[in-house]
Amino acid sequence: MSIWEFANPVRFMRLTGKVLPWITALAIGCLAVGLIWGFFFTPEAENFGSTVKIIYIHVPAATLAINAWGLMFVASLIWLIRRHHVSALVARAAAPVGMTLTLVALITGATWGQPMWGTYWEWDPRLTSFLVLLIFYLGYMALWEAIDEPDKAADLTSVLAMVGTVFAVISRYAVNFWNQGLHQGASLSLDKEEHVSDVYYVPLLLTLAGFFFLFLALVLLRTGTEIRARRIKALQLQEVN
Amino acid sequence: MNATLAILSRELRLALRSGGGAGLGLAFFLMVVMLIPFGVGPVPHLLAQIAPGTLWIAALLACLLSLDRLFQADFEDGTLDILALSPMPLEGLVAIKAFAHWLTTGLPLVIAAPILGITLNLADSAYWWLVISLAVGTPALSFLGAIGAALTVGIRRGGLLLSLLVLPLYIPTLIFGARCVTSASEGMDVMPAFQLLAGVTLFTLALTPIAAAAALRMHMR
Repeated sequence: MSIWEFANPVRFMRLTGKVLPWITALAIGCLAVGLIWGFFFTPEAENFGSTVKIIYIHVPAATLAINAWGLMFVASLIWLIRRHHVSALVARAAAPVGMTLTLVALITGATWGQPMWGTYWEWDPRLTSFLVLLIFYLGYMALWEAIDEPDKAADLTSVLAMVGTVFAVISRYAVNFWNQGLHQGASLSLDKEEHVSDVYYVPLLLTLAGFFFLFLALVLLRTGTEIRARRIKALQLQEVN
Repeated sequence: MNATLAILSRELRLALRSGGGAGLGLAFFLMVVMLIPFGVGPVPHLLAQIAPGTLWIAALLACLLSLDRLFQADFEDGTLDILALSPMPLEGLVAIKAFAHWLTTGLPLVIAAPILGITLNLADSAYWWLVISLAVGTPALSFLGAIGAALTVGIRRGGLLLSLLVLPLYIPTLIFGARCVTSASEGMDVMPAFQLLAGVTLFTLALTPIAAAAALRMHMR
């Protein structure tokens, strides 16, 4: 029993069919508890007022937006090395979800920035890097759409994911060089000094888990949809012949 | 070595003869820089302030303009398949083609940029660094463009997609290149930005041919 057995679409569909309801339930549960706790049962911060509560959406969305690209990178690498179709489809399925999360992070950040920094947008390194990430997502998705042959599209988008990862990282540090920022330090970190204060910590972890399960559920669902779509196409081709 | 020179001279001849479009990038560069004062107003100190960034962005767009031709014609008429079958590695071919692209689009921009700097009232201290930063940075633009051109080679109307794929890759080069010129015009230390610019260029020269060649192989499979 190795993980590669799930590269078989049939096994993959059987497994995801079983676990998807559970993951969805976990996502809804974590998000409901975390958001209600966070929005209604945590105090307002001294200098931020109630706007501090946007953290429960902003931080998890931003975290997963970056990690979604990481998933696409790994899945693309697996496709290039081992040529498992499911892997390529996972990379494809993750892109729109990651792009949406990037947008959510940018929009919630802007709504928070207006009362706090006095501006919706600031050319701050973190904000700018997210805008760059959004463009990388758009380019990746556009390349998938532009090529008709599924295998060739998977190949080329994988190369783009590799190149994009390298340049997303270089750009992240390049924009640091270019402008010093307004953005707050890390809200969550292994270094205890940098943390948000304890009252916000547990609900934040809960929403983070909720977003994670939501992301997982959406990616599995979209991958399953894509597998079914390909099966239908294959069946239609058989009928024609 | 003979093969390298043969392909290089072929590329240059194709680009320079009628229909090659080598002059178009330069003309586009002139146009963009000329349009800036119409947009922001003929205020000398304002133009002087935005001159480094303007020249760099104009150079970047001019470079982008001719990229879709890099592999397209050879791919369509089958030349690329024959070249791929030759003993020369595809990576080397990509590097030569990107270098030829730089010679016909990047180099003219490097030479024309100081003249356009005068029209934008660029600070006196910045001219040398404008030329040096463009000379060091524009090869990276051609080589990175080769990745985009290789990815979109078989796609009809791939031009817009090409810019969407390539422009984000240009961000580090643009940041460091423009900062070189800005630092020089403000009398600050240029070396940190210049070293980073050179680093990005060397990195792309070394690695982009591999990625672009991989993409071309996928198209020809």
